[in-house]
Amino acid sequence: MTDPILIQGGSLLGGAAADVLVADGVVAAVSTTPGELSADGVRVIDADGLVVLPGLVDLHTHLREPGREDAETVRTGSHAAALGGYTAVLAMANTNPVTDTAEAAERVHELGRQVGVVDVQPVGAVTKGLAGEELAELGLMARSRAGVRVFSDDGRCVQDARVMRRALEYVKAFGGVISQHSQDSSLAGAGACCHEGEISGRLGLPGWPGVAEEVIVARDVMLARHTGSRVHVAHASTAGTVEVLRWARSKGIAVTAEVTPHHLLLTTEELLGYDPTYKVNPPLRPAEDVEALRDALADGTIDAVATDHAPHARHDKQHAFGDAAFGMLGLETALGVVATVMVESGRLDWAGVARVMSHNPARIAGLGGHGRPIEVGEPANLTLIDPAASVVVDRDASASLSRNNPWHGRTLSAAVHTTVLRGVPTVLEGKLA
Amino acid sequence: MVLDARDISRALTRISHEILERNKGADGLVLLGIPTRGVGLARRIAERIAETEGVEVPVGSLDITLYRDDLRRHPARGPQHTEVPSGGIDGCTVVLVDDVLYSGRTVRAALDALADLGRPDAVRLAVLVDRGHRELPVRADHVGKNLPSARSERVMVRLSETDGLDEVRIAGRPGEGSEQDGERA
Amino acid sequence: MRKHLLSVDDLSLDDVNTLFTTAAEMHDVQRREVKKLPALRGRTVINLFFEDSTRTRSSFELAGKWLSADTINLTGKGSSASKGESLRDTVLTVASMGVDALVIRHSASGACHQVAEWVDCAVVNAGDGTHEHPTQALLDAYTLVRRLGTLEGKHVVLVGDLTHSRVFRSNVGLLGRLGARVTVVAPPTLMPSGAEAWAAASGFALSYDLDEVLPKADAVMMLRVQRERMSGGFFPTAREYTVGYGLTRDRLATLGEEVPICHPGPMNRGLEIAADAADAAQSLILEQVSSGVAVRMSVLYHLLAGEGASA
Repeated sequence: MTDPILIQGGSLLGGAAADVLVADGVVAAVSTTPGELSADGVRVIDADGLVVLPGLVDLHTHLREPGREDAETVRTGSHAAALGGYTAVLAMANTNPVTDTAEAAERVHELGRQVGVVDVQPVGAVTKGLAGEELAELGLMARSRAGVRVFSDDGRCVQDARVMRRALEYVKAFGGVISQHSQDSSLAGAGACCHEGEISGRLGLPGWPGVAEEVIVARDVMLARHTGSRVHVAHASTAGTVEVLRWARSKGIAVTAEVTPHHLLLTTEELLGYDPTYKVNPPLRPAEDVEALRDALADGTIDAVATDHAPHARHDKQHAFGDAAFGMLGLETALGVVATVMVESGRLDWAGVARVMSHNPARIAGLGGHGRPIEVGEPANLTLIDPAASVVVDRDASASLSRNNPWHGRTLSAAVHTTVLRGVPTVLEGKLA
Repeated sequence: MVLDARDISRALTRISHEILERNKGADGLVLLGIPTRGVGLARRIAERIAETEGVEVPVGSLDITLYRDDLRRHPARGPQHTEVPSGGIDGCTVVLVDDVLYSGRTVRAALDALADLGRPDAVRLAVLVDRGHRELPVRADHVGKNLPSARSERVMVRLSETDGLDEVRIAGRPGEGSEQDGERA
Repeated sequence: MRKHLLSVDDLSLDDVNTLFTTAAEMHDVQRREVKKLPALRGRTVINLFFEDSTRTRSSFELAGKWLSADTINLTGKGSSASKGESLRDTVLTVASMGVDALVIRHSASGACHQVAEWVDCAVVNAGDGTHEHPTQALLDAYTLVRRLGTLEGKHVVLVGDLTHSRVFRSNVGLLGRLGARVTVVAPPTLMPSGAEAWAAASGFALSYDLDEVLPKADAVMMLRVQRERMSGGFFPTAREYTVGYGLTRDRLATLGEEVPICHPGPMNRGLEIAADAADAAQSLILEQVSSGVAVRMSVLYHLLAGEGASA
C-alpha cells in the first residue's frame, strides 16, 4: 500500500474548494473545512488554484503494440496518457496481430497492467482480421480476463449492413457496444485522403465528402433501433452526423458518440501546405462542421471527447500527402484543446469537462472504476488541472515515440498537474511520477 | 563630360571610314551591335556607311548574356534580343560594335556567341570608348576615344536611342549616376 | 523569381513576362544549327519522374541539355511508400549527389511542395498528381500569346476532365493573371468539388454546355479524358462524352477559323478531339510542344543561372 495523499484546497469539478484524502486506493474523506483532514505519513499535494476532476478516460487510443512498436508501445502510450490526465484508455484493435481473440485481448490488457500507469482496456475487433466479413470471437473476448465490452473495426468501417446487424444483436448478450468508424467505402474512393470540398478541389487532392460518414451513421442508427442494441459513433466529424444523432436521441435510440479534439479545432484550411501531419481519418472538415461539433458536445448530443491518438513512425509520414499515413497524436494535448475550445469560450464548465472526458466515456465503455463522483468510497482515480496555465506545445517534449503532433507550436490553455490512479500518483507537477 | 554629342558623331564617322578602309569597301560587311548601346551605335555606323558608299550594310544584334562568365555572380537576368541579318554571317566580315571596352570579357563572350551562329571570315571590334584595364588579350580594331581611367571610376555612355541624349561622362566614385551598360566588365 | 517553381502562384506577372521574353530568345535558338547555349554549364539537373511521362521528361531533358546543364533522368515507378522508403529518403538520396535542380513528376498532389521543404536545391514541379503542372500552363499561355498577341480580354475555354486535371488547375490561375476571361466546361461529374465557390472567388466561369460557350471563344483548350474514368461512373460511355464535350468536326465548323486549338497531349483522338480539329490549320498542338522546350529552358535559366542558385 502506498502512502495516503491529501489533496489540499482543490476546486472539485471547478466548484467549491475542498480537501480530499486518498487512502488505500479510494477517496477516504472529503472536507470543505481546511485543515480538518490528515493522516499518518500523508503526502500533501497543494491543490490551491487547481481543479480536481475524476481521472480522464479515452474511448479511442491506438497504442500500436503489438506490431508497430517503432511508433508506440503500451508503455510509451500509457505514459503519454497519464501525462494527459488519463487514468484509463481503450486500446483499439487494429494492431498486428489484430485484437480479435480472447488471447490477443488478454495480452494487451496484461501489457497495460505491467506498465501500470493507466488502465489499458482493449477494444475487440468486430470482425476477424478487421475484414468486415465474419464476426470475431466477441463473446470469448467479453468473457476473457480483459472483459472486453467495446468492439470496433476502427480504421475500417463495418460496411456490410448484415454483418453490422448481427454484431449489434450479438453483443446484447453481454452488454457490449459496437463503436463504428463511419465511412462508406464506395463514397470514399481509393486514394481519398482528405475532406472533399472547395479546398480539396483546388489542391487536387482526392477526398471524400461528409455524406460518406453520414450515410453510415444514419444506417447504424436505424440498425440500433431495429436490434434494440447500442451503437457508438466514433470520431463524429460532420454537421450532418450531428443532425442524425439529434434525431436518434429524440427517438430514444441507444446511440452514443464521441468527437476528437482535432475535429473541435482544426479545419480543412490546414491542408493548404500539404503537410501530412494534418492527414487524419476522418479528415479535418470545414469550419461549419467544427462549429456544429462544438455545439453538439456542449448540448450533450455528442457524449464524449476521445483522442483517436494515432502515432506513426516518422518515415510513415514523410511522404507526399496522399501517400502518408492517416492519424495524429492526441493524448497529451486533449485536455488543453478542450479547455481552449470549450472552457474558455464558456461552452463547458469543468463539471462539463468531467462529463465528456470521464463520466460519459467510462459509462459508454462500461468501466465501473472510472468516471465516478469524487465521493467517499469511490476509486481514487483523479486528475488535477491547472486552469490558469498556458502551454506552448513542443512535439519533442512528448512521451510518445512518435512526432506527428498537429499542435506543435500552438498555445493551449490549462495543463495537467497531477494524475492519480487508484490512489497512486502517476503524474506530479506535470511530470511522470 | 568626356565626349559630347558632336564628339560622338565625329568619332563614329571616323570609325565608319576606318571600317571601310580596312575592308576595302562595304562588301561582305555585317555589323553586330552588342545590346544595349552597341546596337544603336551599329545602326549609326551603318547609316554613315550608306551615306559614304551608298550601300546598305546588314545590321544585327548579338546578345551575350547567356555567354557571360559571371552569370553566377548576379541574379539571373533575361537575355536581350539577338538578331542575325537574314543573310547570316558565314563568310562575312563581322564587325562587333559596343560602347565601352573594359576588361575584354564581353568581347570574349561575344566571340563564343558568334561561333554558335556561324563561321565568319573575319571578326573585328569597334568601340566608342576604350577605357583600358584589360583582363583578357583583347584589342579593338576601331576606337572612338581612348580614355585612360582608374578602376574606381565609372564611365557612363548615354545615347539618344536609349537615354535621350548623346554623351560620355566619367564619374569619380561608384553610386554617382545610374548603372550603365557601359559599366559592364 | 522564387527559388522553386511549384505552382503558378509562385509567379508574379512580372515573372511571367520575363519568362516569356527569355523563352522567345530560347525559341530562336531552337531554330539554329547549333542549339547549345553555355548558360548552365556546370549545373546539374535531375529529372526525377515517379510517374511516366515521355514528353514532359524529354522536353525538360532537351531544355537542360541545350543550356549545357548536365541532365540526368531518374524514374521510379510507383510510390516509394510501397518500397518501404519514404519520399524524403528518396529525394535526399538523389539531392545528396550534388544537384542544382530537381525536376519532379509525382502521382501525388503536393509532392513537390513536400520535397521543396526537404532539399536545398531548386525544385521544379513537372506535374504533381491532380494539382499543378506549371510549366505546361506557361507553355500554353506562351503559345497563345504568340498567336493572339495578348491574352488581355481574350476568352479562353477549357474543356474536359477538370477534376483530374493538373493542367486545368495551373492554367486557370495563370490565364486569369494574364488578363484572359476563362470559362471551363465539363459534365458535372468532372467538375472539381467546390468549383462554384472557387470560380466565384477566382473570377472564372463554369458551364456544362459546350455548344453554348464555343461560339464565344477566342481560344479553345481541350483536356485529356482518360477512358478509365468511365469505370468510376464519371460518364456513361466514350460516345456519350464525345457527343457532349468533344471537339467534333461539327463543333469545329462553329469555331472561327482564327480561333486557336490547344491540347496538352497525349490526345485521345476521337474522344475529346476529332482528328479534323487536331490537325486543323488553327491547331497549335505541335507548336505547344516546341514552345514547351523554350519555356522550360527559360524556367531553368532563371532558376539556375544567377547567384544563389547553387546547391
